[in-house]
Amino acid sequence: MASLVYFSSASGNTHRFVEKLGVPAHRIPLLPTEEPLTVDEPYVLIVPTYGGGNGKGAVPKQVIKFLNDEHNRSYIRGVVSAGNTNFGAAYCIAGDIISSKCDVPHLYKFELFGTPDDVTAVRNGLDLLWKQQ
Amino acid sequence: MTEKLTLVSHVDAINWNRIQDDKDVEVWNRLTANFWLPEKVPLSGDIQSWATLTPEEQTLTMRVFTGLTLLDTIQGTVGAVSLIPDALTPHEEAVYTNIAFMESVHAKSYSSIFSTLCSTPEIDAAFRWSTENQNLQRKAQIVLDYYHGDDPLKRKVASTLLESFLFYSGFYLPMYWSSRAKLTNTADLIRLIIRDEAVHGYYIGYKYQKGLETESAARQEELKEYTFNLLYDLYENEVQYTQDLYDGLGMTEDVKKFLHYNANKALMNLGYEALFPANVTDVSPAILSALSPNADENHDFFSGSGSSYVIGKHEETTDDDWDF
Repeated sequence: MASLVYFSSASGNTHRFVEKLGVPAHRIPLLPTEEPLTVDEPYVLIVPTYGGGNGKGAVPKQVIKFLNDEHNRSYIRGVVSAGNTNFGAAYCIAGDIISSKCDVPHLYKFELFGTPDDVTAVRNGLDLLWKQQ
Repeated sequence: MTEKLTLVSHVDAINWNRIQDDKDVEVWNRLTANFWLPEKVPLSGDIQSWATLTPEEQTLTMRVFTGLTLLDTIQGTVGAVSLIPDALTPHEEAVYTNIAFMESVHAKSYSSIFSTLCSTPEIDAAFRWSTENQNLQRKAQIVLDYYHGDDPLKRKVASTLLESFLFYSGFYLPMYWSSRAKLTNTADLIRLIIRDEAVHGYYIGYKYQKGLETESAARQEELKEYTFNLLYDLYENEVQYTQDLYDGLGMTEDVKKFLHYNANKALMNLGYEALFPANVTDVSPAILSALSPNADENHDFFSGSGSSYVIGKHEETTDDDWDF
């Protein structure tokens, strides 16, 4: 059974997007004191982009920690990223970075917590993706 | 001035080693890392390009920039400052002082553009237009009234709508020129402003949502209704302002799409669902790609800090760098 893994900061934008998707999902913990997340099945990662300057620090450090676990990394099948076009070339760059490091497709980009159209597009896209796997 | 000056009543020495809200530090770091000054952008590279614009296009451009100057001035001297007494943490207060200063940098940067490209009589005429245009003045008055009101959360709503919505009728034009390879250095400066406004809108919207969490259901409902009503008021005025500016060049309809697109993002910054459906937010791809320059601006090696210019710096490597 495939799943979703996501990270969301205190502002909760990505969390809201995942809620709207209505698909079961595992959240990467916000605080270092929390139990780390371990995943044992294929998943798509949904991640917000941090920063906005030159791309430094764009991938949240909690997500880096999660992916540094080789076991977790072995199950990633794709990445969906959130951002804001105001950041120009750095728009959703966290998705690009993870896509190239983990060699998985960057499936979709959305802004803030996504519009209803974004939710529909990602939900349909995920259905299609898991059928193909 | 007859109204009473509101200031924070009690101040303790700010301790950045005791943080109540990590967002304050995160946003402070982001804002200071993004710091820039207009002098770093080689605006003089646009002088030849400016000369290729028709007189009508030049007038439009100058009016757009005086309108933006007014909004940045409001935000710098009233808006961001008015949020300080309502801050939940001392670090939030510090972030607002940064936002206020940066808005003053933005306001000044338009004058840098003017002094590079235009004559003094032209500049004076454009500023005169900005004080005489009713829709621009009304936009400023609506927001100022809320800043002077006594509801801290409503102030944050007005501020977020200003940062994330009201600027965009103006931002459209430099992106339009940039997509046609005109005024590309000016566009680069504007992109720096656009980047800053995104962080400001995100942060003030976030603080609004934090404040909202502690309110009763009835009050939450009231604030939601207030937000949408204010957005409608501002939107209606914004459409007229857009017509005043852009009708002459037949660009109004596409600018309106850009307004809808950004109104949705302003609402999302405040935690509300997007209002405008996709068929009225389909901004021209040329404008969207002008927002994301992908490092193709015409900087030479010695020029300063454009939005995609990266100043080289070194960093110690850690094991994590090789372990991804």
